[in-house]
Amino acid sequence: MKIIVCIKQVPNTTEIKIDPVTGTLNREGAVSIMNPDDKVGLEFALRLKDKHDAHITVVSMGPMQAKKVLYEALAMGADRALLLTDRLFAGSDSLATSLTLAGLIKTLDYDLIITGRQAIDGDTAQVGPQIAEHLNIPQISYVNSLKYEGGHFVAVRQFEDRYQTLKAEAPLLVTILGDAAEPRSLNVGLLIGATESENIELKGASDIVLEASKLGLKGSPTKVKSTWNKVIEKQRNLLEVEPREAVKAIVDTMKKRHII
Amino acid sequence: MDAILRYDLFNDFIKDFALKYVKPLAMEIDEEERFPQETVDKMAKSGLLGIIIPKKYGGTGGDYKMYINAVREFSSYCATTGAILSAHVSLCTAPIIELGTEEQKQKYLPKLASGEWLGAFGLTEPNAGTDASNQQTIALEDGDSYILNGTKIFITNAGYAHVYIIFAMTDKSKGIKGITAFIVEADMPGFSVGKKEAKMGIRGSSTCELIMQNVRVPKANILGPVGEGFKVAMKTLDGGRVGISAQALGIAEGALRETINYVKERKQFGRPLSAFQNTQFQIADMATRVDAARLLVERAIISKEQNAKSLSKDAAMAKLFASETAMMVTNQAVQLHGGYGYTREYSVERMMRDAKITEIYEGTSEVQRMVISGAVLR
Repeated sequence: MKIIVCIKQVPNTTEIKIDPVTGTLNREGAVSIMNPDDKVGLEFALRLKDKHDAHITVVSMGPMQAKKVLYEALAMGADRALLLTDRLFAGSDSLATSLTLAGLIKTLDYDLIITGRQAIDGDTAQVGPQIAEHLNIPQISYVNSLKYEGGHFVAVRQFEDRYQTLKAEAPLLVTILGDAAEPRSLNVGLLIGATESENIELKGASDIVLEASKLGLKGSPTKVKSTWNKVIEKQRNLLEVEPREAVKAIVDTMKKRHII
Repeated sequence: MDAILRYDLFNDFIKDFALKYVKPLAMEIDEEERFPQETVDKMAKSGLLGIIIPKKYGGTGGDYKMYINAVREFSSYCATTGAILSAHVSLCTAPIIELGTEEQKQKYLPKLASGEWLGAFGLTEPNAGTDASNQQTIALEDGDSYILNGTKIFITNAGYAHVYIIFAMTDKSKGIKGITAFIVEADMPGFSVGKKEAKMGIRGSSTCELIMQNVRVPKANILGPVGEGFKVAMKTLDGGRVGISAQALGIAEGALRETINYVKERKQFGRPLSAFQNTQFQIADMATRVDAARLLVERAIISKEQNAKSLSKDAAMAKLFASETAMMVTNQAVQLHGGYGYTREYSVERMMRDAKITEIYEGTSEVQRMVISGAVLR
């Protein structure tokens, strides 16, 4: 079984600020980590590898610094790592990103593609499903559990109020929920081996199946108009009334705010 | 560039490991005086037990800096975990790597790396503490073996370890030059683990007596040349002291971290403790001592990696200063926590008890001063 896992390096957004002038994320000084949903996706791939004879290729798109998350993936047990890095990719929105990733994946062999549900820096949840569309393969999103039995994949898809069990044959793309599994720790020996041999393969625009007009900023129809921090303010309304009226006032306010 | 990423990822990994597996058990294993086998198993699986063992012997192929960072980070939450790792790596795997024969390396290192076997070191005896040359364990030559008789005390990892580096007199008439080091396995007939010590600190670690009654050890298990056991011990302890200095530094860093959090939250007279100048000045002193200790530890790591001539002195200075810093910082940490700090609900109480051992084992502070002055006054 050949598995491709797409991983993204993201700033640890719990601490990150938005630049008030440009409206974009200020990544300066932020610690970069493997996107949590993607890490769980990799864990799913590794569990399939534990049981079946699988080969895992991890793919990331980003600047050279993104090597860090690829090394982490190799140290967790992935077999091969590819980094899509090229100045031409700069400014990609989710469409250009998914086209670029699909353009590389077209050159690879695979039975299963795994992505995280969404990245914590953009929260679009679009790239995974779009890759499947570009490759014209079936997809199952919001996957909570995944098995391979009797020659097909069995995935449990999670909704807000229910689950759906789906069966699919290879090739298939799944997007994995971030709380679906606890990712394993890396193995220090694998980490040292990977960083010593520096075995991350670099791929650029010339290595993928995609015309230049679809790359980067030029190929990105999404324009961010503005981004801002949500301001949470406490509001207080003081009423000096009888308990019966107070209850009514509280219930009315809650109804007005759609709390009840 | 990629080597930098290796250390970045390694440091992220040990922080994560410490928070996930070490910190949550710290209070429990202290309270119950329980050896944290589950943590040892996880360290083995991640490659930490074989961290400095070369890959060709089944090890992880890491370096001393990685090992020291792991001991330091783990000790900042749980000194017991740091002690177990340190005794295994510094006192058992290191001398086999550095002084073992090819046969010994092939036999012992893969299993010490995988965690199938844990390692320990037996030098101290009831009548040979700081005066380690006064060994009373006797090894008598008998054909292709030596027969060992004697008792060792205060042996870290005893009972859980399988491989023990044991020192014994092969020729009493030669004094220090009559001591030889042996690799002894726990299942050799006549070898047994005696009384387990009830200790003040690092209570989750196992500290026991070892009893050897006519233990037949093949000559193939002699570590280093016959009669050079004392050199083996001193060389091993030079490395071990770097490990203990990292453990002490970790304890001090942990206590400082806990105290900084506490003084920012705890309010008296309507202000957080951190707003009072007494607190500020004490924190400043603690932080400065911790940083100075860190610099000495880092220098000792470099000396160890380069096998520098000054290693004995540098390791002794790092251990002396870091362990005294651990005592000073944990003592002030408890003081700044006030009544709460004296309760076992707050970790600084445990840290203060744990800190004390770093001034004692692998050479007391007095021994470190002997080593340092010996080097300085030469």
